[in-house]
Amino acid sequence: MPEQLYWEDIEVGAEITPLAKIATTQMLVRWAGASGDFNPLHYDSAYVASAGLGQVIVHGALKRQWLIQLMTDWMGDQGFLKKFSCQYGAMDYPRHMQSISEPQDGETWHCRGKVTRKYIEGDIHLVDCKISLENGKGEITTSGKATVILPGKSTDAHPG
Amino acid sequence: MIPEEIKKLIGTSGAVQYYAVEKGAIRRFAEAVDDANPLFQDEEYARKSPYGGIIAPPGFFGWPQKQVRDSPLAVDIPPELEAAFEKAGYPLSLVLDGGMEYEFFLPVRAGDILSAVTTVRNLRERTGEGGSIIVSFLDTVYHNQAGELVAKQQLMFVRRSLNSPPPEAVHA
Repeated sequence: MPEQLYWEDIEVGAEITPLAKIATTQMLVRWAGASGDFNPLHYDSAYVASAGLGQVIVHGALKRQWLIQLMTDWMGDQGFLKKFSCQYGAMDYPRHMQSISEPQDGETWHCRGKVTRKYIEGDIHLVDCKISLENGKGEITTSGKATVILPGKSTDAHPG
Repeated sequence: MIPEEIKKLIGTSGAVQYYAVEKGAIRRFAEAVDDANPLFQDEEYARKSPYGGIIAPPGFFGWPQKQVRDSPLAVDIPPELEAAFEKAGYPLSLVLDGGMEYEFFLPVRAGDILSAVTTVRNLRERTGEGGSIIVSFLDTVYHNQAGELVAKQQLMFVRRSLNSPPPEAVHA
């Protein structure tokens, strides 16, 4: 894990370390099993066609979890994700597999974010962030907000 | 117009659902996200961290102890809501995840048993070309085995009517 981030080190406008992600058909099956969302829209092409969609789509919840990882990677072990929200603006489509373990070349997604506010409530040090997921064309398909408690140089952040 | 038999369910709650937060399930979830954070899988690392043990990624609440049937959601919605949507022509096959809001109060730890109750907080209708969609705002509150508040979530659960356009057209 990277070095711990402290509240004092962050300025409004600071960029959150971007996170690159890919989605493959294999990963969607893995996500279905791990999350319990077995909607065939995410793995069954014939079903997808009958539902009027062109191809299987990436689970919204997986995109949400990528954005959560953007925050947890950035805030470090002593940070605490206090609030998080996201909405889906457009569909994303996974890469197909070219072998049992290797995806085809194709789209890479990027999770990005910026600090929009920095404040203290009581003795809690907080930052608000604006976050988004960009597809391979640079279009935002998911957007949201997050609030993180960071350690101050003389305070702990994590509850419990 | 949202059909009355759906609208009258605002304020109702589903049954209490229990979730076991197992270490292996946390790791499987983190792997599915391709998130290698050692707090979620490395016991020794996690023991020396401020948490003192393995925690779950925010947004993972464990595996439901009772199977959630016929729903792509891991939350138990009131069965009357599901039945009312089906009856009014908003079938489960046309469900979409519209978004999520979380507020976290405590970390979820390996070994926790969480309890959760989901309430229908609000319903909103949007009508577009050829059909309508109803967005359900479903609030779920999670407590741990010590009775402490762990998290609140609000899921935006989108139902399309049988004659509504395919998702691309309504999604934005």
